[in-house]
Amino acid sequence: MSDTFFGSGRTSFGIPDRKRGVTPFSVPFSRSHRWWILAFVIVYGVIALFVTNSYQQLIMTVVPVWAVMGLSWNLLSGYSGLISFGHASFFGIGAYFVVLALIELDLTPWIGIPIAGLLGALAGLVIGIPTFRLRGHYFALAMLAYPLALLYVFEWLGYQEVAVPMKRDAPAAYMQFADQRVYVFLALALLSAAMIVTRLVERSRFGRSLLAIKQDETAAEASGIDTLRWKLKAITLSGAMAGVVGGFYAIVLLIVTPPAVFGMLVSAQALVVAMFGGVGTVWGPVIGAATLVPLADMLHAELGHIVPGIQGVIYGLAIIAVVRLAPEGVFWRIRDLITDAAARRRSASSATPASTPHDASASVARSAGAGSPDTGAPTAGAEEPVSAARADSMTEDSPARPAENDRRRRAERLSNAPVVLEVRGLTKAFGGLHAVKDVNLDVREGEILGIIGPNGAGKTTLFNLLNGFTAPDAGRVRLYGEDVTGVRPNRICRRGIGRTFQVVKPFARMTVAENVVIGAYVRTARDDEAAALAHRALETVGLAAAAHRIAGQLTNRELRLMELARALASQPKLLLLDEILAGLAHDEVRELIDLIARLPDLGITVVIIEHTMHAMVRLVDRFVVLDHGAVLASGDPDAVTRDPAVIEAYLGRKWLEGYARDR
Amino acid sequence: MDTPQLIENFLQSLTAGVLTGTIYGLLCVGLTLIFGVMRVINFAQGDFMMLGMYFAFYCFGAIGGQIVFGDVIGPFVAALLAGPAVFLAGLVAHRALIARVTGTGAAALEAEGHYAQLILTLGLSLVLQNAGLFAFGSAPVSISTPLSYSAWEIGPLYGDRISVFVNQGQTISALLAIGVAVAFALLLGRTRLGRSLRAAADNPRAAIYMGIDVERAYRLAFGFGVGITAIGGGLLASSYPFQPYVGLEYVIVMYAGVVLGGLGSVRGAFFGGLTIGLVQQLSALILPTQLQNTAIFVAFLAIILLRPQGLFGMAARRA
Repeated sequence: MSDTFFGSGRTSFGIPDRKRGVTPFSVPFSRSHRWWILAFVIVYGVIALFVTNSYQQLIMTVVPVWAVMGLSWNLLSGYSGLISFGHASFFGIGAYFVVLALIELDLTPWIGIPIAGLLGALAGLVIGIPTFRLRGHYFALAMLAYPLALLYVFEWLGYQEVAVPMKRDAPAAYMQFADQRVYVFLALALLSAAMIVTRLVERSRFGRSLLAIKQDETAAEASGIDTLRWKLKAITLSGAMAGVVGGFYAIVLLIVTPPAVFGMLVSAQALVVAMFGGVGTVWGPVIGAATLVPLADMLHAELGHIVPGIQGVIYGLAIIAVVRLAPEGVFWRIRDLITDAAARRRSASSATPASTPHDASASVARSAGAGSPDTGAPTAGAEEPVSAARADSMTEDSPARPAENDRRRRAERLSNAPVVLEVRGLTKAFGGLHAVKDVNLDVREGEILGIIGPNGAGKTTLFNLLNGFTAPDAGRVRLYGEDVTGVRPNRICRRGIGRTFQVVKPFARMTVAENVVIGAYVRTARDDEAAALAHRALETVGLAAAAHRIAGQLTNRELRLMELARALASQPKLLLLDEILAGLAHDEVRELIDLIARLPDLGITVVIIEHTMHAMVRLVDRFVVLDHGAVLASGDPDAVTRDPAVIEAYLGRKWLEGYARDR
Repeated sequence: MDTPQLIENFLQSLTAGVLTGTIYGLLCVGLTLIFGVMRVINFAQGDFMMLGMYFAFYCFGAIGGQIVFGDVIGPFVAALLAGPAVFLAGLVAHRALIARVTGTGAAALEAEGHYAQLILTLGLSLVLQNAGLFAFGSAPVSISTPLSYSAWEIGPLYGDRISVFVNQGQTISALLAIGVAVAFALLLGRTRLGRSLRAAADNPRAAIYMGIDVERAYRLAFGFGVGITAIGGGLLASSYPFQPYVGLEYVIVMYAGVVLGGLGSVRGAFFGGLTIGLVQQLSALILPTQLQNTAIFVAFLAIILLRPQGLFGMAARRA
């Protein structure tokens, strides 16, 4: 199921993706992948059998080595988006360990190389734990510092040039072969192992979680993805791959020097072959290595005596060309050409349905509206006077507006319901400004609580405190009596608080289904169950038909629904909705309000921030009004909307007039 | 080692640290215009510095600076001339390559174009380093001048047991570095050009509406940034031997200084660089000389992991 339910994660660093042609239930290359790998290995191996020139044999050995380095880099940087400039650390540690262990301990590389992998993994962990606090270019530069520091340490230790000792009595036991082709086969074995590992990662929740992190780390964390854990797993596995291949490289080249294994060119080569071939795929680094390594090496052999740095120049030019001409890499370029040509042939006549225009800008377009207290209901029906909108909703035969009696009964029932969320004395200041000041709240099971207040009242900060993005200066948050203050967002999501964002945070390059399944991971360890949960959530919000569309192409309404589905897929007990109606048209608001009104029936308690007052008064059971970070008033909608203090601070006089007319 | 000896070593390292650090400060001032103010990642900054060093080297030697200006003044003139030369190289590099991923060109890119800048300039760096290997050879060189070997002696102090030697060439270099840094700070802070650069960096779109040629502003900033760093490189060239790969080590020095000083602050960058110079030289008191660079890298990691907002300036954006 999951093979066909999701597309493959395609990604690029530089330029935004063009539309990706994902058709439901047919993902190119996915099922046939292992056969492609097998075919590649066989063809490569057969060619190697007939190559007798020792120089060509060496190149055929080195190509898989750099392909594995590229895959190692790709596993961390290609999928998670954290660019490493320092993969030489793992490579060099592996290389030096294997050679030194052979010299000092007489340890055969057959054992030494696997241990080098363990050391690489360990180095990945040790480097990852502090360095994952950084993002973007800071991460890249920090990663650069590790191998350079190690380079000088190894020189200082006196390992300027360490040669592999020849073992003439039992060469095979020490991985020393007269026939160079054996090395080609060993390198090929390493490469196929690395490709299979990458493929397994890519298709599991491991890979999908990394891709989610790459696209929006905040949203991933709020959806229950333990971002730090996945990144650490990625760098550990990546370090292991680089450590193994570094150890093998040392045995092939028979000599190790600090610049050759810790130098910038090692890290750069890993990055360049992966980016040149295409990041976020198994084949990219292989294509990159198979193209660039022979090119650079042969030019070096031909011209190296005249142009000493030609290898570096080739890699430099290759990466410049890729960023400029095909930022997604060669693999994706070729795949685009193939799929485009196929699509043209298939649908020579039948026109594809026009894609819906991207509408996310609408949410940006609503901006200052609620800034002045006069515009209590700035979002929906902007041209419509507040009172008219409200009268309209009153006459509407809508389940969201319970009759007075029902409402009273409901309020009574709610007042006896257990407390889901208990907030006590919650305080957070940024500099001297109190964003949230001594807030106390109780949210009861099955309730819909509306949080209103002027812009800058601290509403979103309150949400950030509740779901763990921000640690409070003081105060406690309890979920069903359990203290969750200061717990990390993914843990909070696991415990049952879901949230959506004021500015939608989709994983723009994934399909709708992939987006939502990320939310479901936290609830189940099985991928098919996660897919089922995601499907149910999509049905709940009525977006099941759009499951295979790319999130980046959705309209604002669909994005809001998708984000709601992503939060629902984690099966929250409590859902925090931050201005989920922002930028929606009048009838879209009504659709969403009806949907939210049904959530308590599914056992979900809702806290919603919203400016659209006419929508809110018929949705919520209770209001909490924030002003300057403190609770100004709270109570049922009628009482709160008549409270003079609330009118003064937020609703404005116009609201009062309209409200009086309606009465 | 007895106490006076320790004190003398400390003072000697302190002096070396201040002199080297001042030039590091100038290197950092160049980078901070590109990285701190314009928010463009230039991984090849160290390689432009390398170009400055070789320019000064050839300007002094092969082209005849030595003959025209003599042994004493020649190296400094050559270093200062490296500025305009590399400035031009920077303009060309920006127009041909980097313009696509900065300023208005970056608007459509992920992370404000930072990834594309990082990778593009990594490619540029590889090309410059290795083309440098071809053009200049791999053997380390330096500009030799009589001042490199002469020093003022301060002391003897504390009886006659302590005396500190202050290298004359390095002192003049440091004073020149301060002069260039101050002149540039004034240019950026006081002139119309400086204001338009900062406006273009702050909000490219608004700057366009105000009639500022944003592309040109980014290009000029890149040129000035690498040019100033090249002057710093030229000043270093008379006291340290260098080879085409030298840039890689200094790129860490520069980013460490800029981050330490707080992004966007010229003064902060200068003092950040000074601090890194001091760390490097003072580390020699307790560490073997081969590990001086390791000390810098460790300091760099410590800075960005522990105090990414810098010691002197405003908060750095880590994302």
